[in-house]
Amino acid sequence: MTSHFLLLVFFASCVATVMAVLQKDDRAGQIRLALYIAGGFVGAALLLGWVMFPLPL
Amino acid sequence: MPARPDPVPLPPVPPLALCAIGWLVPGAAHLWLGRREKGLIFLVVLVALFAAGLWLDGRIFPIEPREPLVALAALANIGMGVPYFVAWALGLGAGNVVAVSYEYANTYLIVAGLLNALVVLDAYDIAVGRKP
Repeated sequence: MTSHFLLLVFFASCVATVMAVLQKDDRAGQIRLALYIAGGFVGAALLLGWVMFPLPL
Repeated sequence: MPARPDPVPLPPVPPLALCAIGWLVPGAAHLWLGRREKGLIFLVVLVALFAAGLWLDGRIFPIEPREPLVALAALANIGMGVPYFVAWALGLGAGNVVAVSYEYANTYLIVAGLLNALVVLDAYDIAVGRKP
Protein backbone atom coordinates (compact mmCIF):
# COMPACT_ATOMS: atom_id res chain seq x y z
CA MET A 1 0.00 0.00 0.00
CA THR A 2 1.56 3.27 -1.09
CA SER A 3 -1.27 5.76 -0.61
CA HIS A 4 -0.14 8.16 2.07
CA PHE A 5 -3.74 9.20 2.64
CA LEU A 6 -4.91 5.63 3.31
CA LEU A 7 -1.94 5.02 5.60
CA LEU A 8 -2.91 8.17 7.48
CA VAL A 9 -6.57 7.15 7.72
CA PHE A 10 -5.64 3.68 9.01
CA PHE A 11 -3.31 5.14 11.63
CA ALA A 12 -5.88 7.75 12.71
CA SER A 13 -8.61 5.10 12.96
CA CYS A 14 -6.52 2.79 15.14
CA VAL A 15 -5.31 5.50 17.50
CA ALA A 16 -8.76 7.09 17.73
CA THR A 17 -10.38 3.75 18.53
CA VAL A 18 -7.97 2.95 21.36
CA MET A 19 -8.15 6.46 22.83
CA ALA A 20 -11.94 6.55 22.68
CA VAL A 21 -12.33 3.12 24.30
CA LEU A 22 -9.90 4.18 27.03
CA GLN A 23 -11.73 7.42 27.73
CA LYS A 24 -15.41 6.47 27.44
CA ASP A 25 -17.44 3.57 28.77
CA ASP A 26 -20.65 3.94 26.76
CA ARG A 27 -20.83 2.85 23.15
CA ALA A 28 -22.27 6.12 21.80
CA GLY A 29 -19.65 8.17 23.60
CA GLN A 30 -16.87 5.95 22.29
CA ILE A 31 -18.07 6.28 18.70
CA ARG A 32 -18.46 10.05 18.99
CA LEU A 33 -15.01 10.53 20.49
CA ALA A 34 -13.35 8.15 18.01
CA LEU A 35 -14.86 10.05 15.07
CA TYR A 36 -13.81 13.35 16.62
CA ILE A 37 -10.19 12.21 17.15
CA ALA A 38 -9.87 10.52 13.76
CA GLY A 39 -11.41 13.54 12.05
CA GLY A 40 -8.98 15.78 13.89
CA PHE A 41 -6.02 13.72 12.74
CA VAL A 42 -7.08 13.63 9.10
CA GLY A 43 -8.29 17.22 9.02
CA ALA A 44 -5.12 18.56 10.62
CA ALA A 45 -2.95 16.57 8.21
CA LEU A 46 -4.84 17.88 5.18
CA LEU A 47 -4.75 21.45 6.48
CA LEU A 48 -1.03 21.31 7.24
CA GLY A 49 -0.42 19.72 3.85
CA TRP A 50 -2.09 22.64 2.09
CA VAL A 51 -0.36 25.21 4.30
CA MET A 52 3.03 23.68 3.49
CA PHE A 53 2.25 23.24 -0.22
CA PRO A 54 3.82 26.55 -1.35
CA LEU A 55 6.94 26.06 0.76
CA PRO A 56 10.04 25.21 -1.26
CA LEU A 57 10.96 21.94 0.45
CA MET B 1 -35.47 -16.35 26.68
CA PRO B 2 -32.91 -16.96 29.44
CA ALA B 3 -30.37 -14.24 30.11
CA ARG B 4 -26.82 -14.92 29.05
CA PRO B 5 -24.77 -16.14 31.98
CA ASP B 6 -22.12 -13.82 33.32
CA PRO B 7 -18.58 -14.73 32.30
CA VAL B 8 -16.76 -16.85 34.84
CA PRO B 9 -14.74 -14.39 36.97
CA LEU B 10 -11.02 -14.92 36.93
CA PRO B 11 -9.16 -15.02 40.23
CA PRO B 12 -7.83 -11.63 41.37
CA VAL B 13 -4.14 -10.98 40.82
CA PRO B 14 -1.91 -8.24 42.24
CA PRO B 15 -2.07 -5.04 40.16
CA LEU B 16 1.56 -5.31 39.05
CA ALA B 17 1.05 -8.89 37.89
CA LEU B 18 -1.98 -7.65 35.99
CA CYS B 19 0.22 -5.02 34.35
CA ALA B 20 2.65 -7.75 33.27
CA ILE B 21 -0.22 -9.74 31.76
CA GLY B 22 -1.47 -6.65 29.94
CA TRP B 23 1.99 -5.83 28.65
CA LEU B 24 2.59 -9.34 27.34
CA VAL B 25 -0.76 -9.64 25.56
CA PRO B 26 -2.41 -6.33 24.61
CA GLY B 27 -5.89 -6.13 26.13
CA ALA B 28 -5.40 -9.21 28.33
CA ALA B 29 -5.50 -7.17 31.55
CA HIS B 30 -8.93 -5.79 30.66
CA LEU B 31 -10.11 -9.27 29.73
CA TRP B 32 -8.85 -10.52 33.11
CA LEU B 33 -10.79 -7.75 34.85
CA GLY B 34 -13.96 -8.80 33.05
CA ARG B 35 -13.94 -5.87 30.59
CA ARG B 36 -14.36 -8.27 27.71
CA GLU B 37 -15.39 -5.78 25.03
CA LYS B 38 -12.61 -3.29 25.77
CA GLY B 39 -10.03 -6.05 26.00
CA LEU B 40 -10.98 -7.51 22.65
CA ILE B 41 -10.94 -4.09 20.98
CA PHE B 42 -7.46 -3.38 22.36
CA LEU B 43 -6.22 -6.81 21.32
CA VAL B 44 -7.50 -6.55 17.75
CA VAL B 45 -6.60 -2.91 17.09
CA LEU B 46 -3.12 -2.93 18.63
CA VAL B 47 -2.09 -6.23 17.05
CA ALA B 48 -3.46 -5.02 13.69
CA LEU B 49 -1.48 -1.77 13.98
CA PHE B 50 1.69 -3.66 14.89
CA ALA B 51 1.19 -6.25 12.13
CA ALA B 52 0.56 -3.48 9.58
CA GLY B 53 3.83 -1.88 10.65
CA LEU B 54 5.68 -5.10 9.95
CA TRP B 55 3.86 -5.67 6.66
CA LEU B 56 4.71 -2.15 5.46
CA ASP B 57 8.46 -2.73 5.88
CA GLY B 58 8.86 -1.09 9.26
CA ARG B 59 11.87 -1.63 11.46
CA ILE B 60 11.97 -3.08 14.94
CA PHE B 61 14.68 -0.96 16.48
CA PRO B 62 17.58 -2.52 18.39
CA ILE B 63 18.40 -1.41 21.91
CA GLU B 64 21.29 0.92 21.14
CA PRO B 65 22.38 2.93 24.21
CA ARG B 66 24.79 5.06 22.15
CA GLU B 67 21.87 6.37 20.09
CA PRO B 68 19.22 7.60 22.54
CA LEU B 69 16.44 8.08 20.00
CA VAL B 70 16.92 4.56 18.64
CA ALA B 71 16.93 3.18 22.19
CA LEU B 72 13.70 5.04 22.97
CA ALA B 73 12.10 3.68 19.80
CA ALA B 74 13.22 0.19 20.84
CA LEU B 75 11.61 0.66 24.25
CA ALA B 76 8.38 1.73 22.56
CA ASN B 77 8.54 -1.36 20.33
CA ILE B 78 9.01 -3.62 23.36
CA GLY B 79 5.79 -2.15 24.76
CA MET B 80 3.88 -4.55 22.51
CA GLY B 81 4.95 -7.59 24.53
CA VAL B 82 4.52 -11.03 22.95
CA PRO B 83 3.89 -9.78 19.38
CA TYR B 84 7.22 -7.94 19.58
CA PHE B 85 9.08 -11.05 20.74
CA VAL B 86 7.38 -13.21 18.10
CA ALA B 87 8.33 -10.75 15.36
CA TRP B 88 11.89 -10.60 16.68
CA ALA B 89 12.16 -14.40 16.85
CA LEU B 90 10.86 -14.75 13.29
CA GLY B 91 13.32 -12.18 12.00
CA LEU B 92 10.60 -9.74 10.98
CA GLY B 93 10.96 -6.01 11.27
CA ALA B 94 14.28 -5.70 9.46
CA GLY B 95 12.99 -2.52 7.84
CA ASN B 96 13.36 -1.41 4.24
CA VAL B 97 14.55 2.16 4.30
CA VAL B 98 13.76 2.78 0.63
CA ALA B 99 10.15 1.60 0.93
CA VAL B 100 7.58 4.38 0.49
CA SER B 101 5.83 3.27 3.67
CA TYR B 102 8.97 2.93 5.82
CA GLU B 103 8.41 5.97 8.04
CA TYR B 104 4.69 5.28 8.39
CA ALA B 105 5.44 1.69 9.35
CA ASN B 106 7.96 2.74 11.98
CA THR B 107 5.35 5.08 13.41
CA TYR B 108 2.82 2.23 13.48
CA LEU B 109 5.25 -0.02 15.37
CA ILE B 110 6.25 2.63 17.88
CA VAL B 111 2.74 3.95 18.51
CA ALA B 112 1.34 0.43 18.96
CA GLY B 113 3.78 -0.15 21.82
CA LEU B 114 3.08 3.24 23.40
CA LEU B 115 -0.68 2.76 23.17
CA ASN B 116 -0.30 -0.62 24.86
CA ALA B 117 1.52 1.14 27.70
CA LEU B 118 -1.50 3.46 28.06
CA VAL B 119 -3.82 0.46 28.05
CA VAL B 120 -1.76 -1.19 30.80
CA LEU B 121 -1.91 1.98 32.91
CA ASP B 122 -5.69 2.09 32.43
CA ALA B 123 -5.96 -1.52 33.64
CA TYR B 124 -3.80 -0.65 36.65
CA ASP B 125 -6.11 2.25 37.53
CA ILE B 126 -9.12 -0.07 37.33
CA ALA B 127 -7.38 -2.74 39.43
CA VAL B 128 -6.51 -0.36 42.26
CA GLY B 129 -9.94 1.27 42.21
CA ARG B 130 -8.97 4.67 40.83
CA LYS B 131 -11.27 4.19 37.86
CA PRO B 132 -14.71 2.55 37.83
